[in-house]
Amino acid sequence: MSPSTAGIATETAIRPFRVDVPEEQLVELRRRIDATRWPDRETVTDQSQGVQLARLLGLARYWSLGYDWRKVEAKLNALPQFVTEIDRLQLHFIHVRSRQPNALPVVITHGWPGSVLELIKTIGPLTDPGAFGGRAEDAFDVVMPSLPGYGFSAHPSESGWGPERIGSAWDVLMKRLGYTRYVAQGGDYGAVVTHAMGRQAPAGLLGIHVNLPAAVPLEVLPAVGGGPAPTGLSEKERAALDQVITAAMRDTAYSLMMGTKPQTIGYSLNDSPVGLAAWMLGHPGFNRWAYGSDPGQPTTDEVLDDITLYWLTSSPTSAARSYWENHGRSPLVAAAQMTVDISIPTAVSAFPGELYVAPESWARRAYPKLIYFHEAERGGHFAALEEPEIFSQELRAAFTSLR
Amino acid sequence: MSATTAVEVAIRRFRFEAPEADLVDLRRRLQATRWPDKETVKDESQGAQLAKLQALVGYWGTDYDWRKVEARLNALPQFTTNIDGLDIHFIHVKSRHKGALPLLITHGWPGSVIELLKIIEPLTDPTAHGGSAGDAFDVVIPSLPGYGFSARPQAPGWNPDRIARGWNELMHRLGYEQYVAQGGDWGAVITEVMGRQAPAGLRGIHVNLAAAVPPDVEAALAGTGPVPAMSEQERAVFDALRAYRMSGYAGYFVALTARPQAVGYGLTDSPVGLAAFFLWHPGFANWSYGDDPADPKTKDEVLDDITLYWVTNTATSSGRLYWEHGGASPTSAAAIKTAEISLPVGVTVFPDDVYRPPESWARRAYRNLTYFHEVDRGGHFAAWEQPQLFSEEIRAAFHSLR
Repeated sequence: MSPSTAGIATETAIRPFRVDVPEEQLVELRRRIDATRWPDRETVTDQSQGVQLARLLGLARYWSLGYDWRKVEAKLNALPQFVTEIDRLQLHFIHVRSRQPNALPVVITHGWPGSVLELIKTIGPLTDPGAFGGRAEDAFDVVMPSLPGYGFSAHPSESGWGPERIGSAWDVLMKRLGYTRYVAQGGDYGAVVTHAMGRQAPAGLLGIHVNLPAAVPLEVLPAVGGGPAPTGLSEKERAALDQVITAAMRDTAYSLMMGTKPQTIGYSLNDSPVGLAAWMLGHPGFNRWAYGSDPGQPTTDEVLDDITLYWLTSSPTSAARSYWENHGRSPLVAAAQMTVDISIPTAVSAFPGELYVAPESWARRAYPKLIYFHEAERGGHFAALEEPEIFSQELRAAFTSLR
Repeated sequence: MSATTAVEVAIRRFRFEAPEADLVDLRRRLQATRWPDKETVKDESQGAQLAKLQALVGYWGTDYDWRKVEARLNALPQFTTNIDGLDIHFIHVKSRHKGALPLLITHGWPGSVIELLKIIEPLTDPTAHGGSAGDAFDVVIPSLPGYGFSARPQAPGWNPDRIARGWNELMHRLGYEQYVAQGGDWGAVITEVMGRQAPAGLRGIHVNLAAAVPPDVEAALAGTGPVPAMSEQERAVFDALRAYRMSGYAGYFVALTARPQAVGYGLTDSPVGLAAFFLWHPGFANWSYGDDPADPKTKDEVLDDITLYWVTNTATSSGRLYWEHGGASPTSAAAIKTAEISLPVGVTVFPDDVYRPPESWARRAYRNLTYFHEVDRGGHFAAWEQPQLFSEEIRAAFHSLR
């Protein structure tokens, strides 16, 4: 092999990956948490000004004194993780093959402020459905990449890593893994990337499933901007519109900031762990999280695993930049996601605790080839983390006709 | 008079001296900054550029001297007094000229009383600064609640209406029965509220950020109404406003309005984060913050202001004013309810401010517009950038009300 071909071999090589954070980084994190300079308490008795001081103080204390990063590190390292270079960027991914011979390959994309950690509880149910109440023929091979600038993927040093480029890279990744027929799934920013893949419709992509559908029709947007609502909305549509209005007014500050000035907000998030935690917990997906005292998921450790992953990989700014690369296109609006251009089969699960519960009527209008629509009984924005079995059941049902 | 009442209305002298340990801790934090990656573009389109911020922070953490501006402040007559349960800080400089017109001036965000220091002399001592004795003002420059040396509200309710009532109380407590009020940025909002409230003795107001965008134009900008018929000049302003709103200027505004506490944690804990966030404000967009002594917008001046927020731990409490105001646009005539202002109003348009309202819009917004002038230089922080010109505007605007 000549030196030049050796170079090519390296570029397409898939190398095993393990997480091993240097101990001094963990010491430094604890030092910064302990040295936090706190603001005054909020002037209200609820979360309307942002994460409440007492809650964040409690979380920070545990983060410094009781929380153990090494546990989740071991959890990750127990999974087959890899890196490979695509389009000059080193990308990290988890790849678990099912024991079933005809398992359907699926690439699942996380969002912000999530990571591959929000997805790993679905690996068992998806790759080994027989052990989780499903049928062996529902099995998937799962590929879970870290978005560029997130987690253990490299941080882009030049602009251009928008959803389209990421979508193209995912197709390269799946083909490089030897999958010529596969499906794609995503929520949050993962849905944005999955929509891009649906529009690109690369050879072999059989269909997509999203759990944050871009179903909001154009004619209700004036109402979101403060104008009148169109007449003739059904009860479900009216309820969904009210949720979108609430989200636009209350919950979009973070996306506007990251979408316009990711570097500006990044300086404080990369320098202050508590600032990072408050910022990530400000995401509406965490709105109802009771800081570990809720009966279900996620646990305090799971939330801190995710925040600590962002901290240790120094990726708050590079992750925020993915919003800038998305040019302010709303993930909820059909026209912004150009769903009309998605000609391949599309499946939608609407989770009741999501930012908005998309009505089927809107989803049918948004997606030219809607093959599956179902309202799940439980779960929110981080459905794979909160309800991994329901989430997995949704994927099985959504993709069964494409096998 | 009971002892309690006496304490409540007392006006106390004020000096500030930041504990040395706080300044040491600030430098330590600056030197320990954990920097993000460089922006992936060659301009400011993703926010403050890494190299520029690193240069500023390198200076901030080593040679910058807070004690200089502290000494400037302490050389001025500063006071605090309790108004409506909150200790309010203010600078109060009387003119030596008899018959000086009392003038209340209110700063904004991310400004402070520091942005107003350079106009004190031209306003109180006009004969030494190109004016006549008849142009003299007594100036009162308070720190907004939750800003600088004023106390930080611990309960909700300190909105512009309440602040405006507090300001009138302050002027009366100082013995001023007749006065005028002035402001830009938040100061303009509060001054306009005072105009609406029209307390006895307030003769007129002047703003250097007018709430003059008409309702039909506002609707067109928001996409909820058609673009109305406009003159060529109005259309140019409309286009500039639209481009400006598309540019992401509003991110800080939306974030502070929606979740001041969420943003506040990082700004309170990270001085670099605070600096980057403040420099986002369009008022700083044209600032070089360099070393050129001919350019008054030096890095020392920027750092004086940012350091004031840091040493008083007011990043979060100051941001809460946006939350208190509920997102009403400070440039919208309808949101600020300018139609309810019957007092005389003066407006100066500085060309580099966030927008340049045409006189036609100002006339629609303020029914008693007694002065309108577009000057040839100066921006959002006009008093800071062009103190002489700013002072001349104030003299001219209030001339007819003396």
